Formats: sequence, structure tokens, C-alpha cells
Amino acid sequence: MWADRSAIILRRVILVILLLGAESASGGQVDWPEAGLVWKVFTLQDYNTRQVVISTILLGVTAGLVGTFLLLRRRSLMGDALSHATFPGIGAAFVVMILLGGTGRSLPGLLVGASVTGLLGVLLVMAIRNTTRLKDDAAMGIVLSVFFGVGVALIQMVKDMPQAGPAGLNDFIYGTAASMIHSDFLLILVVAIGTCLVSLLLLKELTLLCFDESFAASQGWPTVRLDIALLTLVTAVTVIGLQAVGLVLIIAFLITPATAARFWTQRLGWMLTLSAIIGGVSGWLGASLSALVRDLPTGAVIVLVAAAIFLLSMLFGCGRGVVPRGLRHARLRRKVGRQHLLRAVYEIVESGQPDVAEPVRNLPVTFDALLAHRSWSAAQVGGLLRTARAEDHLENTEPGSVRLSEAGFGEASRVTRNHRLWELYLIRYADIAPSHVDRDADLVEHVLDAEVVSQLESELQDRPSSLEVPPSPHFINQPSPEIS
Amino acid sequence: MNWTIDDTWIVIIGAMCAVACALPGCFLVLRRMSMMGDAISHAVLPGLAAGFLLTGSRASLVMFIGAGVVGVLTAVFTQWVSKFGKVDRGAAMGIVFTTLFAIGLIMIRQAADDVDLDAGCVLYGAIELTILEQPVRIGAFAIPPAALMIGSVLIANLLIIMLLFKEFRISSFDPALATTVGINANLMHYLLMTMVAITTVAAFEAVGSIIVIAMLIVPPATAFLLTHRLSVMLVFSVVIGVISSILGHMGALSVPLLFGLKGTVTSGMMAAVAGGLFFLAWILGPEGLLTTRVRGNREIEKPGSVPAGETG
Repeated sequence: MWADRSAIILRRVILVILLLGAESASGGQVDWPEAGLVWKVFTLQDYNTRQVVISTILLGVTAGLVGTFLLLRRRSLMGDALSHATFPGIGAAFVVMILLGGTGRSLPGLLVGASVTGLLGVLLVMAIRNTTRLKDDAAMGIVLSVFFGVGVALIQMVKDMPQAGPAGLNDFIYGTAASMIHSDFLLILVVAIGTCLVSLLLLKELTLLCFDESFAASQGWPTVRLDIALLTLVTAVTVIGLQAVGLVLIIAFLITPATAARFWTQRLGWMLTLSAIIGGVSGWLGASLSALVRDLPTGAVIVLVAAAIFLLSMLFGCGRGVVPRGLRHARLRRKVGRQHLLRAVYEIVESGQPDVAEPVRNLPVTFDALLAHRSWSAAQVGGLLRTARAEDHLENTEPGSVRLSEAGFGEASRVTRNHRLWELYLIRYADIAPSHVDRDADLVEHVLDAEVVSQLESELQDRPSSLEVPPSPHFINQPSPEIS
Repeated sequence: MNWTIDDTWIVIIGAMCAVACALPGCFLVLRRMSMMGDAISHAVLPGLAAGFLLTGSRASLVMFIGAGVVGVLTAVFTQWVSKFGKVDRGAAMGIVFTTLFAIGLIMIRQAADDVDLDAGCVLYGAIELTILEQPVRIGAFAIPPAALMIGSVLIANLLIIMLLFKEFRISSFDPALATTVGINANLMHYLLMTMVAITTVAAFEAVGSIIVIAMLIVPPATAFLLTHRLSVMLVFSVVIGVISSILGHMGALSVPLLFGLKGTVTSGMMAAVAGGLFFLAWILGPEGLLTTRVRGNREIEKPGSVPAGETG
């Protein structure tokens, strides 16, 4: 029995994944409505879903903007504490409205209550952090759990009030976008646009606050008040998001788009734009999908769309994405390995020459000598040699020894020369002892470009010729083949 | 207020739950990872849903294991996102747990046609209902199954912390030192996360997630304000947890009566009482707002005395 039940579930989960993966999927599936309706919903022409989709798009854009500042301020989880702290406000507003003779279910009233306790919670977090030894995380955790607990107790308490009836206040935990009516829509519209405008007006101030709080304070900016202004904006987003996506998932709206945008750019302007776009797209796709497919909760689908965008950005984002960064890292490692190998060969050949004054000639060196030169393992040397052969830096010789090619030898002298120039510079200007300079030079030599090298040459002008490789300023530990 | 044997059991279960949470909670607060409890308790939803869909019953071992696994995965994923993506740990945590929660929510909604399960009843189990289940008889005692479950988690947590106290202490305060003296700080991190995940799952299946989140953080944070010693902090947080349970249940029974209402949930009131105790410690504790002010004034009045420096 449970087998076919889970088969149904599995099929649906796969369907959901398919739908999320390609919104242009063909209309063959059972739950997928006909193409005309799909087109109408996605282009906002369908009357029934237009309000929900527009409001989630706006919500996404607003949350993307505000969330960027929250992320840069390292306060992402503040949204979580805040959204939970709105819960008792909803309960309290409900009670107050019933006592005043209403039904207790007017959205603006509930949202005012939510804003009040939400802001109170945020102020308490800041007060706890500033007046005790506790850190941000504990302060947020305390406010979150205690406020939410009070909210639950309050709502369970008033559940039995004679006038209350089925209040449906729990909808705010998970969100029910479908129950949105026109006045709710207008409220969301006004608050979202207002929040966007205010955050753009405060762009300079908030940027300053995020990047250098102490500088902002020293310039006479009221940092505490700006902090509160930022958190007020967050409160506004959270509160209008409560109905559509619910208080647990609204924080994904605040965090995920901004974090995803961070992978693509280093500039705040671009980050804000991208984050707003990602938020808007998640809201649009998520709300449209959930309107089209039965039993897909809006908030959850939006969060999954945003999470998919986040995952893609984290992997492939051109700024700090994992794959591009990994490629850059691998490229640098290959370069460093190549330069180490070439210099090692050069130094071995050089130390094998009887006369120091003679120019260094390109001779074969043994594999064992290479192995002993640095702390390389045999496998590492083998790998380096393979790469070098692929780059035409080696010539074929008898097994057990290697010989640089014409191009390889030229490159080796250049690399060694750069290394020694940098060593001489460090000895002269950074006062590093000749016996220690090798390691220090190693840190920088791989990134010396032509400009720096010519600068080094002019700094070290008294060196005999600018083209030949200067002698090493320190003893190169080279065990002679006879001994080893 | 009408106190029965059931109320005693509720208080005992609540207290055991509070203690089981407060023990790992102390280390969470010290490691600045307090929000992990909140994250895990939301993120386990897909694990619970999968376990439930596979077995079709709400109190099954599969469900427990599913939730435990997802709980630990939350910690692992958070670590990955913040390490590989170089994302702020708070943001990483937020992304991971909301995504998992959303997946769980969709699973449950998709299953809602076929089975009787909703996110509310999974996440917000009520402590009052624990005593309605068929009690387990051990000798002459009839013990509610929830008490057995939480009791065993409590004992496990207590044993782990007693056995590995030194390791936990070093790796919480100075992971680098822990590594140099041969303790795997990473392993300790994941051990703690596993403890938190299992405690969270065990406790909220029985008593609801609000108690778990509150008891993981609030009693340890209160104790943190009262002492500078880890061992004392652990003892204080246990005591505060027990007091919250007793006062919380009494409050749930009595406070609504003042307004002519029937009663409310114990879990919410336990969180509220714990919050109240925290507030007291914040204001009146040895380094509290009021205490330092009064002490400061006294120092100034004493002629020739050197005023004490700021302690905060």
C-alpha cells in the first residue's frame, strides 16, 4: 500500500523538479495545463493570477534590494528573527480588533501589529548585543524563540474566544498567496514601491554603513539611526511578505537573491540590480508555477526557484563562483609548478658548471637530482615533467634524465632571472638576510609582470648586464650526484 | 488550577526536554551558532515527510532517522556553502534551511490528498498530547512514551558531554589549540551538530519545535550572563530550563484564566517564561544593566576608591 503511495509522491516530486528545471516543458504531463493558459499566466494576462504574480515579483525586487544591504552588513539571519517576532503582533492585533468589535481579520490591522512587534524584536536584538557579552546569533535566537513562543501562546489563548472563530492566523506561518484580495494587493504594491524608493534614496548612506561603519560614524553620520532605518525597511518587506510566502520562507527572499548576486560581481550597483532581478524572476516563476500546478504552495516554489538560481550562481558565477575560481586556481598552480621546475633545472645545471663566470649551457639533468632539489615527491616531479613536455619545454633524452628545449631554456633563464632580481631587491630594500630570501621571493616571483621586472632592473642598475641571469645571492643547496 | 498526575508528567517531560536541549545549547551559544537549532528544526521537514510517506505512521523509527539525517545534512550543507562559496555563515544557514523547508512543504502538500499530514502537525507537536498516548509500563510505573524517548536522548547527551567535556571545551573556545593538541575540531563540530539534530528531532516530535528552539538558546544564554565558568554555566542552564518548565506549565494553566479564557499551550508559555528569566538576568544579573549602574554609583560615593572598569 505504501509502495504505490510513495510511487505517486515520487512521480509528483519528479514532475515538480521537471517543471522547475524547464518552464517551457511540453504540455504532455497530467497536471500541466494547456499552453494557452500557461502563456497567459506567465505574461500576466490571466485575471485570476495577475495580482498574486505581480505582488510576488514586486516583493522579490524589494527583498532583493533590501537583502543586499542586510547581507553586506552580515545580518542575514536578522530577517529570520524579525519574521518570527511578528507573530505575537499578529495575535495581539487580532485580539485588539476583536475587542474593538471587528472580526479581527483585517489584513492592514494585523500587519500593523506585526510591524510593531517585529521592530520591537529587532531593537531588543540590538540592545542585547550592545549591553551584554552575548553575540548577534544568541541575541537573535533569544528574540526569535521567545517572541514566537509568546505568539503561539497568545494565539492558542484567543482561539477559544467566543467571537474569534477559525481565525486562520496560522496561514501567516506558511503563507497563502491565493487568498489575496484586491485591497491586500494594493497595500503590498504601495509598501513595496515605497520601500524600494526609500532604499534607493538612502543608497549612499546604507553603502557607507555596510562597508565602513566606523568611518561613517567619524564623518558624523547617525549610524545607529541608519541601522534602525535599514531594519525598518527589512520589517516592511517581511510584513508584506507574510501573507504571500509566510514567515518562515520570507527570509529566503531576503537572503538568497542577494547571496546569488554576490557571486557575479564585485560592484554594489551591479549587485543591487542583479539581486533585484533574481528576486523578481524567482517571484514571477514561482508564483506562476504555483498558480498553474495544483498543490504547489507559492512560497515554497519561489524559494526553490531562488535556490536553483543560487546554486547555479554559486557554481558558475563569474566573480566568485566555485568553478571559475577553481579554474583560476588550477591555472595559477600550473604556472607556479612550471616555473619551479624550470628554475630547478636551471639551478642544477648552473651548479654543475665548474666556472661560475661562464654562461650557463643547456645540459641534461638527472631525475634524481630534480627529486633532491626541492621537497617534491616522485609523482609530483613526474606530473610536472608531463606538463612541461606538453608545453614543449623538454626535449627527449635517454630515460632517467631531462633536458630543456630551446624555448624551455629561455623560459628557465627568464624565470630564474626574475627570481634573483626579486631576491636582490628584497635583500637591499627589505633587509632580508640572504639565507632567508629564497622562500620570501618564492611568494611573489610568480606574479612579477614585465613592468615590475623592468622597475626592478632600474632599481638594481649597478648589476653588470641587464640581460644575463645574476648569480644567486645565496648558497643553493645542491647535493652532488656522487654523494647522493 | 487543578493539578493532576498528568500535569506532573507534562512538567517532567518539559523539564527533561529543556535539560536535553540546554546541554548542547551551551556549546552552541559559545560557538556563536545559536541559530543552528532554529535552522535544523525547520530543515528536517523533508526528512520527516519522507519517513512518513515511506511508513505511513507518524511515530516511526524511519521518520526519526530521516529527520536526523536531514538535520545533520543541514549542518554539512551550511558548512559547504560557506566554505566553497565563501558565503557568510548566517546567510549560508538561511539559504540551506529555507530550501530544505520548502522542499518538505511541497512534499507534504503533494501528499496531502493521499495521507493525513500537514506541516503544522509535524512541526508543532504539542506537549499536552504526549500524555494521551498509551503509556509504557515498566514495573509498577506507567510512563508516557514521550518521556522514555526524551529521557533516553537526555541520558545520551549527558553521557557524551561528560565523557568528552574536555574536548568540547577546548574545541569551543579555541579550535586551533584543539587541533594542535590532537583533537579533531571538525569532528567535534559535527558531533555537536549531530547531537543538536537528534535532540531537536526527538524533542519536537514529542513536544513541538518552539520548546526546542527556545530551550537550546535561552537557558544557556541566561546562564552565560550569570557566570564566566563553563561548568557553572552548564549547571545554571539546566536549572533555568527546569524552572521554565515548571513555571511555564503553571502559567499555561493559570494566566489565561485571569482573562476568562480556557488555557493555552505549555510550549509557548515555557518559551515566554524562559524569556522572562533571561530578562531578569539581563537587568539584575552580576553584570546586569541595573547592577552595574548601582555598583557604579556606590563606587563613586566611596571617597578615595578607584572606580571599577566597565565589565561588559
